[in-house]
Amino acid sequence: MDLSLTEDQQTITELFASFFAKECDGEFVREAEPLGHHDELWAKLIEMGMVSMGVPADAGGGGLGLLDLALVAEVYGSSIAPVPFVEAVVAARLLAAVGSSGSELLASVVDGSTATIALRPAVDRSARLVPAAAVADIVIALDGDELVAVSQGASNRPTAVKNLGSGPVANVDLTLSARQVLAVGNEAQQLYATALLEWKALTASALVGLGREALRIGLQYVMERHQFGVPIGSFQSVQHRFADDATALDAAGLLARKAAWSVDEGEPDAVALVSQGFIFASEGAQRTAGDSLHFHGGYGFMLEYDIQLYYRRAKAWSIIWDDPRRELARVADALYGPVGAA
Amino acid sequence: MDFRMGEKSDEFAKEVADFLDEHLTEEVVMEAHETGTVHNWGFYKAMADAGYTRAAWPKEFGGQERDPFEMAALSDQLNLRHAPTDGSSVTLMICSTLRHVGTPEQQADIIPRGLNGEILICLGYSEPDSGSDAAAAATRADRDGDEWVINGQKMFTTLAHEADYVFMLTRTNHDVPKHKGLTMFLVPMDAEGIEIQPVHTMGGERTNITFYNDVKVPDALRVGDVDAGWGVMRVALTFERGGSMMGQSVRLVRLVEEWAKENLAPNGRPWIEDPLVRERLARANMLNNAGALLGLRSADLFNRGELPGVEGSMSKLFSSEKFLAICEDLVDMLGPEGVLQHGEDDAPSAGWVEHAMRHAVVTTIYGGTSEIQRGIIAEHGLGLPRTRKSDRARNS
Ligand SMILES: Cc1cc2nc3c(=O)[nH]c(=O)nc-3n(C[C@H](O)[C@H](O)[C@H](O)COP(=O)(O)OP(=O)(O)OC[C@H]3O[C@@H](n4cnc5c(N)ncnc54)[C@H](O)[C@@H]3O)c2cc1C
Repeated sequence: MDLSLTEDQQTITELFASFFAKECDGEFVREAEPLGHHDELWAKLIEMGMVSMGVPADAGGGGLGLLDLALVAEVYGSSIAPVPFVEAVVAARLLAAVGSSGSELLASVVDGSTATIALRPAVDRSARLVPAAAVADIVIALDGDELVAVSQGASNRPTAVKNLGSGPVANVDLTLSARQVLAVGNEAQQLYATALLEWKALTASALVGLGREALRIGLQYVMERHQFGVPIGSFQSVQHRFADDATALDAAGLLARKAAWSVDEGEPDAVALVSQGFIFASEGAQRTAGDSLHFHGGYGFMLEYDIQLYYRRAKAWSIIWDDPRRELARVADALYGPVGAA
Repeated sequence: MDFRMGEKSDEFAKEVADFLDEHLTEEVVMEAHETGTVHNWGFYKAMADAGYTRAAWPKEFGGQERDPFEMAALSDQLNLRHAPTDGSSVTLMICSTLRHVGTPEQQADIIPRGLNGEILICLGYSEPDSGSDAAAAATRADRDGDEWVINGQKMFTTLAHEADYVFMLTRTNHDVPKHKGLTMFLVPMDAEGIEIQPVHTMGGERTNITFYNDVKVPDALRVGDVDAGWGVMRVALTFERGGSMMGQSVRLVRLVEEWAKENLAPNGRPWIEDPLVRERLARANMLNNAGALLGLRSADLFNRGELPGVEGSMSKLFSSEKFLAICEDLVDMLGPEGVLQHGEDDAPSAGWVEHAMRHAVVTTIYGGTSEIQRGIIAEHGLGLPRTRKSDRARNS
C-alpha cells in the first residue's frame, strides 16, 4: 500500500491548481452564472490538454488513468470553475473506447470540440437534464438499443434549464441534430455503463474538492468574524462541526481515490466502491458547505458571499445523477446481487 | 498510489487466521464475553509464542519487524474473530512506551515479560475528578528516601484485577501548573495498600475502581523524570491514539449479512432482498470502507516514518462514531428481534448486534472522547483557537 502521489501526479495537480488560483475566483464564477460556462477559460484549459490528457495514448491522447483524472477533478472541484471538465473528459474517453465508429468525433474532441454524456437513457428520443449539453458540440446518449452521438452546431444547441447549480444543463432532442450510432446492443450498454462509472468517480472527486474549499472558506471566515469579543471560530460548537466535516472529507477523499484506482486496476469491487465514493463525497460536500454557510450567519445567505456558490453546487452536482438512496440501492445490487436474481 | 494491502500483509493475514483457528476457541471468546474480562492468559501466551506480541518489534527483541500494513492485517484478523486482546494491547503499548522513556533496568525487566505474555499492565490515568482532563490527576506520590508513597483513587482501572502493574499518573508537585507536577510510575499490583473494587458496565466489560493507601513504590519503578510525567503520557498516547474501531464494525456487518442471506422475512423471501435491509447494509459497508481508509492512512504515515497526529484522532473519532451509528441502525433494522441477547436461540446474528450496540457506546468515550478528538482536530488540524482555559496550578 502506498497513499502518496507520484511526481507526475503532483506536477499535474499543481499545474491546474495554480491555473485556477490565477484565473478563476468566486467573482469569476459568479459572473459566469446563470449559464455556468466560460468559453475563454474553457478554451485555455482545452489548450492545456485538460480533456485530451484523459484520452488513451493510442487514440492520440495523454493516456492518463482515472485516478490521475480524479486528482485533477479534486482541484477542479475546489475551483468550481465554470467549465464542463468531468463530462468532457468522460465523453472523450467513451469515444475512444467505442473504436472506429467514434474516431472522427474523437479527432474533433482532441482538436478542441466539447462532448458530453447524458446520465440517463433517452426516453422518446429525448435525453433529459444532460449536464453541459447547453455548451457541448457533441452529446452522447443511450437511445434504446443504441449508443448514439448527436452533433449540435452553435445554432441548434438547446437552451440551458434554470437550475440549482447554475450549470449548463439542458434537455436534448436527439432528433434535431445529426445522429450517429456508436455502438448497439450489449456493447452499447457496456460502454455506456463504464462511462457512467467514470462520471461518478470523477464527480465524487470534484465534490471532495468542492467540500475542501467550502471548509477553507468557512475556516477563514470564522477566524475573521468576531462576536462577543472573540473570533467565532473559538466557539466549540463551530469547531466541532468543522472537525467532523474535515474528518468526513478526508475519508471521502481517500474513498474516492480508491474507487478511481479500483477502476483503473479492474478490481472486482470497483462498481460498489465508485457508488460508495460518490454517495459519501456528496454527503461530505453538502454537509461541509452547509455548515460553512451556516457559520457565515446571515452573510452566508447573501449572493455576494462565495459560500452560496458552493452550497448550491454541492447538492446540484450530486442529485443531477440521482437520489443518493437510490444509489445506495445500487451499492446493494453490486454487493449482494440484484433482487430476484437466482 | 496503491490500495492493495500487499502480498506480505495478505500472507500474514492468512497465517494469523490459521493461528486463530487453532487458538481462539469458542471457549476463549465466550469466557471474555461472560466475565467481561477481555483478556485470556492462555491466548495471550499463545500470541507471544507465535511471536505476534512482538510482531512489530525489532530483531534485538526477538521481534518480527513487521511493517504497519502487516500490523493492520493482524489487528483486522483479531477484530474479525472477536479476540480478547484488551489486556495484551495495553501491555504492549506500555512496553513500547518504556522502550522510549524507560530506564535500562525497566526495559530489561519489564519488556521481555510483556512480550512473552507473562505480565499484564493496566492503565491508571482516570480518577473520580479527572477523566478527559487527565492532567488534573490528584492521586499523590510523596517521596520517602528511595521510595514513593502513593495515596489516592483511580477510576476505570480496567483489568487491574488481572494485572501485575498499573501504569499510573500521579501528582508530585502541587505548586506548579497542572501539567508540570505529574510523575508516572509502574506500581506493582501486589503492593500493600491497594484495593480493587469491581465495576460492571452496560457493555458487559468489567472495569474497576482502585484505591491506593500508603502504597510504597521503589524509585526504580518511576518512569521518566520527577514532574515530567505528562511528557511520558504523551508518548504513551501516541501509541494509543489512532486505534480504529472499524475492524469491529466490519465483523458485525459480516455477521448481519450472513443472517440476512440465511433467514426469511415474513414474505418468505430472504431478508437480504428487503429494500430497507439492503440500504442499511450498503450504508454500513460504505462507512466501514471509508473508516478503514482513515486507519490505513495512519499506517501509511508510520510506514514512511511519520507519526500520525491529527490523522490518528480523525481515525479514532470517525471509526468509533460510525461504529456506534452502524450498531444503532442495525438494531433498528432488526425491529423487535433487535432486543434479543446472545444466548437466546432465535436471536438474529446470535445477538451480537445487540451486544455490539451496548459496547460501541464506550468506544466514543474511552481513549479520548469524541469531543476531545474533535478539539485536537480543530486546534491542530484546522488551526482554530484553543477553547480551553490556559493551565493554572491546582491543589495549591
Ligand atoms: C469501560 C471503560 C474502560 C476504561 N478503561 C480505562 C482504563 O483502563 N484506564 C483509565 O485510566 N481510564 C479508563 N477509562 C476512562 C476513560 O478514559 C474516561 O472515561 C474518559 O477519558 C472520559 O473521562 P470521564 O469519564 O471522566 O468523562 P468526562 O471527562 O467528565 O467527560 C464527560 C463528558 O464531557 C465531555 N467533555 C469533557 N471535556 C470536554 C471538553 N474540553 N470539551 C467538550 N466536551 C468535553 C466529554 O467528551 C464527555 O462527553 C475507561 C472508561 C470506561 C467507560
